[in-house]
Amino acid sequence: MDKFYHSVRLDPELCKGCINCIKRCPTEAIRVRGGKAQINSKFCIDCGECIRVCPHHAKHAVYDKLDVLKDYEYTVALPAPSLYSQFNNLDDVNIVLAALVMMGFDDVFEVSAAAELVSEATRRYIETHQEQLPIISTACPSVVRLIRVRFPNLIPHMLPLNPPIEVAAILAARRAMEKTGLPREKIGIIFISPCPSKVTYVRSPLGTEKSEVDHVLAIKDVYPKLLSYMKGVGNESPELVMSGRIGIGWGRSGGEAGGLLTESYLAADGIENVIRVLEDLEDQKFTNLQFVELNACNGGCVGGVLTVENPYVAEVKLNRLRKYMPVARSHMGNVSKAVLHWTKEVQYEPVFRLGSNMMESFSMLNQVERLCKKLPGLDCGSCGAPTCKALAEDIVRGDASENDCVYYLRENLHRLSEEVSILADDLAAGGNGGQETLNILKEYIQRISSEMSLLDNKDDDDDE
Amino acid sequence: MDDVITLNYEVSPDDFTRAGEASSDVKSKLKQMGVNPEAVRKVAIAMYEGEINMVIHAEGGRITVEISPSEIKMVLADKGPGIPDVDLAMQAGYSTAPDDIRSLGFGAGMGLPNMKKYSDDMVIDTTVGVGTTITMRVTI
Repeated sequence: MDKFYHSVRLDPELCKGCINCIKRCPTEAIRVRGGKAQINSKFCIDCGECIRVCPHHAKHAVYDKLDVLKDYEYTVALPAPSLYSQFNNLDDVNIVLAALVMMGFDDVFEVSAAAELVSEATRRYIETHQEQLPIISTACPSVVRLIRVRFPNLIPHMLPLNPPIEVAAILAARRAMEKTGLPREKIGIIFISPCPSKVTYVRSPLGTEKSEVDHVLAIKDVYPKLLSYMKGVGNESPELVMSGRIGIGWGRSGGEAGGLLTESYLAADGIENVIRVLEDLEDQKFTNLQFVELNACNGGCVGGVLTVENPYVAEVKLNRLRKYMPVARSHMGNVSKAVLHWTKEVQYEPVFRLGSNMMESFSMLNQVERLCKKLPGLDCGSCGAPTCKALAEDIVRGDASENDCVYYLRENLHRLSEEVSILADDLAAGGNGGQETLNILKEYIQRISSEMSLLDNKDDDDDE
Repeated sequence: MDDVITLNYEVSPDDFTRAGEASSDVKSKLKQMGVNPEAVRKVAIAMYEGEINMVIHAEGGRITVEISPSEIKMVLADKGPGIPDVDLAMQAGYSTAPDDIRSLGFGAGMGLPNMKKYSDDMVIDTTVGVGTTITMRVTI
């Protein structure tokens, strides 16, 4: 299994080499090289920001298509709670669940039901692990990946429980096997996702060896089909719903924390805000916090890039839907703890380290500092790196050169042409250099034209 | 190759929004250097406390950080009022922070004690009416 597997990809055909994505990537994982964006797989956390900002739709997410249903004898849909927030005037979740069955699934298992179990287990975990406070939520795979590469000191604070998607998959697979007597491989457990980050989780999970989810569909693909089936659901739709206010609340920011029945929590959403909170947590700037809920998308899962509704409208819809629900419908009861707990520790991956050992990194950092003083500090992005500092790091890593900076090139040209004019003046004044000065002059002019062609190449790259 | 990387920061007075800029810059550099996470944490906390102190008590000042492969040396120099009784100031919970600062959540009297706790060596050089220079070292 690739520990840096990614579901966010680039389509080079569509990429124009503009600087929108490099500027917005929260981990500075993207560079434009040779006129096309490139995603550094070690830095990328699959948050989907680049998908959101790319004006040319060159960034996309990989996920499965509906026809994967045909690969199994029996299929179970795992709808994310954010799915319910996509519909107008929905007042009964059973309608969505019944429509999923009409669409071709044999059964449904709400992720929000599993979320209620995770909430219950989290409450218990906090009670028994006071020395580890504050506990940081691990439901958003992008946040877990971010902590793994950037915040080693916070790894011990991560909630070592499987996210609701995984708990739902484990329980759904068990239920399906009991019900049908089929072997596991003939049963398809299919998650309906608001974001690419969950695809990454399923293909390359952290905290567990292998995910029980077999395929991931996008809410935006399922939505239009589901809508037409929902119209056909009669009044006597079967009672399929297994979750209440707590579980369905997980679909938006603050929902997970809300399920803990404590007031000393913090809930941050949007990847930039998440990073700020993690920085401050690392510096111990918060006191008396029990729980920290973090979601990479604005508004929480309702803001995922694979959803269709505006995240804030979706939140309103979710709140309206929850209003008359019981607090919770699913309880741990005799569900074994093993279903919930991580079976594999998350290891720090120091991908941002400059060199392979500390002495090398130290000397590289020194070079970066010196280069930063030389570069213009405009962070214009023309070199393909998001900031001058990022370019300096690329140069030191051997991935770029000073000539990638247009300002640096321009300054060089100015200096060369000044020297040419001094030499020419000298020649005109009949200086005693004669032929030698003429040779130097020719050499300078050659250098100017080769630097000029470097600039031209840059333009060619951009035009490709 | 230079064997020390020197970083200079100005701490501006009365600007809480910028307090912490210097420590987070140092933190990100230490991570790039691959310094062990525990040492990074110590530097970040000790330096942040120092920065906040300079904002609250001393109308800002200057921080010089020297990074070498074996240790991080932080020199925090201000031209503030000085500390009349260092032993008292080092006591946990002792604070002279005014109420408006306390209302911001600062002034818990843990600044200097935390700086001492998170640095491996700390020297305070202070003269009332002249200023304070605190030198902290964290071994890598």
